[in-house]
Amino acid sequence: MWKAHAKFERHSFVLLIGIILVVSIGGLVEISPLFYLESTIEKVDGVRPYTPLEQAGRDIYVREGCYGCHSQMIRPLRDEVERYGHYSLAAESMYDHPFQWGSKRTGPDLARVGGKYSDSWHVQHLTDPRSVVPESNMPPYKFLAETDLDYRAIEQRLATLKVVGVPYSKAEITNAKADLETQVDAFAGEKSGLKTRYGTKVQQRDYDGDPQRLTEMDALIAYLQVLGTMVDFRTYKAEDPRNLR
Amino acid sequence: MSGLTYETVARFAQQGGTVFFGLMFFCGLIYALWPRHKQAFQRLAQLPLEDDEAPHV
Amino acid sequence: MTQAIARRDEAPLDAVALYTFTGLAAFAALLATAFTKDPSFRFHGYVMLTAFIVAFLALTAALGSNRLRSDQTRYADGVIRAGVIATMFWAIAGLAAGALIASQLSWPRIFYFPDAPWLNFGRLRPLHTSAVIFAFGGNALIATSFYVVQRTCRARLAGGVWPWFVFWGYQLFIVLAATGYMAGITQSREYAEPEWYVDIWLTIVWVAYLLVFLGTIWKRKEPHIYVANWFYLAFIVTIAILHLINNAAVPVGLLEAKSYSAFSGVQDALVQWWYGHNAVGFFLTAGFLGMMYYFVPKRVDRPVYSYRLSIVHFWSLIFIYIWAGPHHLHYTALPQWAQTLGMTFSIMLWMPSWGGMINGLMTLSGAWDKLRTDPVVRMMVVAIAFYGMATFEGPLMSIRAVNALSHYTDWTIGHVHSGALGWVGFISFGAIYCMVPWLWKKDRLYSNQLVEWHFWIATTGILLYIAAMWVSGIMEGLMWREYTPQGYLANAFVETVAAKHIENVIRTVGGLMYLSGAVIMAYNLWRTVRLPGVVSTTSSPAAPPMPALAAAE
Repeated sequence: MWKAHAKFERHSFVLLIGIILVVSIGGLVEISPLFYLESTIEKVDGVRPYTPLEQAGRDIYVREGCYGCHSQMIRPLRDEVERYGHYSLAAESMYDHPFQWGSKRTGPDLARVGGKYSDSWHVQHLTDPRSVVPESNMPPYKFLAETDLDYRAIEQRLATLKVVGVPYSKAEITNAKADLETQVDAFAGEKSGLKTRYGTKVQQRDYDGDPQRLTEMDALIAYLQVLGTMVDFRTYKAEDPRNLR
Repeated sequence: MSGLTYETVARFAQQGGTVFFGLMFFCGLIYALWPRHKQAFQRLAQLPLEDDEAPHV
Repeated sequence: MTQAIARRDEAPLDAVALYTFTGLAAFAALLATAFTKDPSFRFHGYVMLTAFIVAFLALTAALGSNRLRSDQTRYADGVIRAGVIATMFWAIAGLAAGALIASQLSWPRIFYFPDAPWLNFGRLRPLHTSAVIFAFGGNALIATSFYVVQRTCRARLAGGVWPWFVFWGYQLFIVLAATGYMAGITQSREYAEPEWYVDIWLTIVWVAYLLVFLGTIWKRKEPHIYVANWFYLAFIVTIAILHLINNAAVPVGLLEAKSYSAFSGVQDALVQWWYGHNAVGFFLTAGFLGMMYYFVPKRVDRPVYSYRLSIVHFWSLIFIYIWAGPHHLHYTALPQWAQTLGMTFSIMLWMPSWGGMINGLMTLSGAWDKLRTDPVVRMMVVAIAFYGMATFEGPLMSIRAVNALSHYTDWTIGHVHSGALGWVGFISFGAIYCMVPWLWKKDRLYSNQLVEWHFWIATTGILLYIAAMWVSGIMEGLMWREYTPQGYLANAFVETVAAKHIENVIRTVGGLMYLSGAVIMAYNLWRTVRLPGVVSTTSSPAAPPMPALAAAE
């Protein structure tokens, strides 16, 4: 009696293991090469980890679920390249944990929104989208300008990103708080630690039009203004065999 | 760096993969169509129709 | 205290184990809530603490009055009745959330509240998708799988009181996910938004679910495992694998809500869409095919059309589905070989999908008159037809040239809703219409007329919805790529937004109709439960309609 039973139990194990094997093949064959093939990500100059303020802004972008309506992935199609700019490279999101390529454009693509609009346009648009674009159906983000940025854990956040592979240096992590505050200080000057650590291209100013406060609006706009601006496309050669994938 | 290139992967996937998965599919098909299994399958298909109000203890 | 109760002979071991687990969980939640510096994490700490304390007290009472023994001569139907109630509750909640966000896109000046960030589209959209997929769909799957596995194995659910843990644990997962989105606690990974600790909680619940399901199969009095159980098992196991890999993340701290994904950029994208597409394949397809393979034959009283076909299409379906994810990433920075692979398998997927559709539809051969006479059968048949349509449209949209037009547009939204409202919704409603009289020991539904109303209102709603999305999707796709004779882009982005207004309104109306159908159904079911019971053929009295925790068994 027990023996017969045991056979049936094995039977369900066979089924279980069969299912696991069959569903594993596709994932293994498809996904694992991406981690080992050198050609997955192009070699380009200019892509750097986000500054603490930009990363804090990115965390707000993630928190608000912006990916539901905005993609960050320009496809190599004529109209997209003309509308949004150079098509997106894999290298441009290599420090993005998680990726925010999105899947839907209820609003426009944001992969290269950096530098396209002024800070004050962003403030006005985020606060009341329809005051700038009457046909828009974007939600209002007035509260961002009224909420102080919570960056008590910014060192931890950078350190965690380092664990998952973003090459933050020790100095960048220990100075995260200072760097974050420096970036919204228009008078910190060219010699600030921020610029020595993240490069001279880093934009350093008060973003939300309220120098008295460091708000979530500051962080989000700092992030939006850096999107798609890191790679210098004058030096990128798309036809180089190393960049063909 | 490692010698794993797109070409290596492609050759593996395109040749070995097609044959292997084709064979697997035919094994499944043969199992399902094997005449001796017919009786068991007919019995199985009746399962939902003859269930009772209480478990068999 | 726990040990004191364990020593009493009558307390079943499974209940004591759950009791101890709940107590420990409550203690852990208390510590986490007390020591965290993160307000988001503390908020969820309170939610968990409340849940665990309530569960602990309920278990204390139940153990004290010795109500947790399981009678092996009866099926464990209390947890399924609770599952049916939860399914209907979340259906209405999820559909209402959908109607709200559809209204926001139609009338942004009315339905946005600048001072209420938790009601913004970005936070409510995952609330809607999770409520419909995981809360409504998940509860329907858990309830029906418990029903089917017991009946086809002729054995009571394994694990004693643990099926109740699966049920309530899953509701806690839903509440944590939903409140998290509204409070801004999210990973922003589509269909995998909950943060790391919610993911861990779901893993615990899911392992318990797998063990209850497998344990019941091990106890079975039938030599064979019915094909519906294959589909349910594939759904449970594969979702576990997908969930664990896609949610691999490192939390910022053990007492912090925020985490960062273990993968980045292009790899992260492929892992996510491997997950995302197979959430469709295994949650929304395999699981509901399991439902179809039991409830359609049962309702029309005919065996499944071809058991052989069910075997072949089962293995082909689960094998091929897992490759199809990259079609979500056509023309992106994903290497082209992966895109091609995804497209090839997506097109192949058409075959096993239609194998399932044919098997479901042809089960009615010789009983086609039931389409006319039984609105529940009609609902399930239309569900299978929508399944066939969505699984034809899917491969079509996965072709790169078509995808170039359809991607990023409302066409995708229309496609998922023909699958979700048509297939998933209708097959679940059909199964629930079948189960409620069986579970509550009634000889019929309260009103077949109301089922007719539900069917026609909801079907019209679906058609309005997907027709509107086809039009707006193709229109905006064409407008984005339209050029003037001088060679400039013809439309600014916002012009395409303005052009879609009418379609957005029609979509809202369609969604509201579908929601009304579900409300009619809930009313009908409630009246069914309140019908006088059938004079029972067995000696046991009819079960009370609203079981308290485990008490009604």
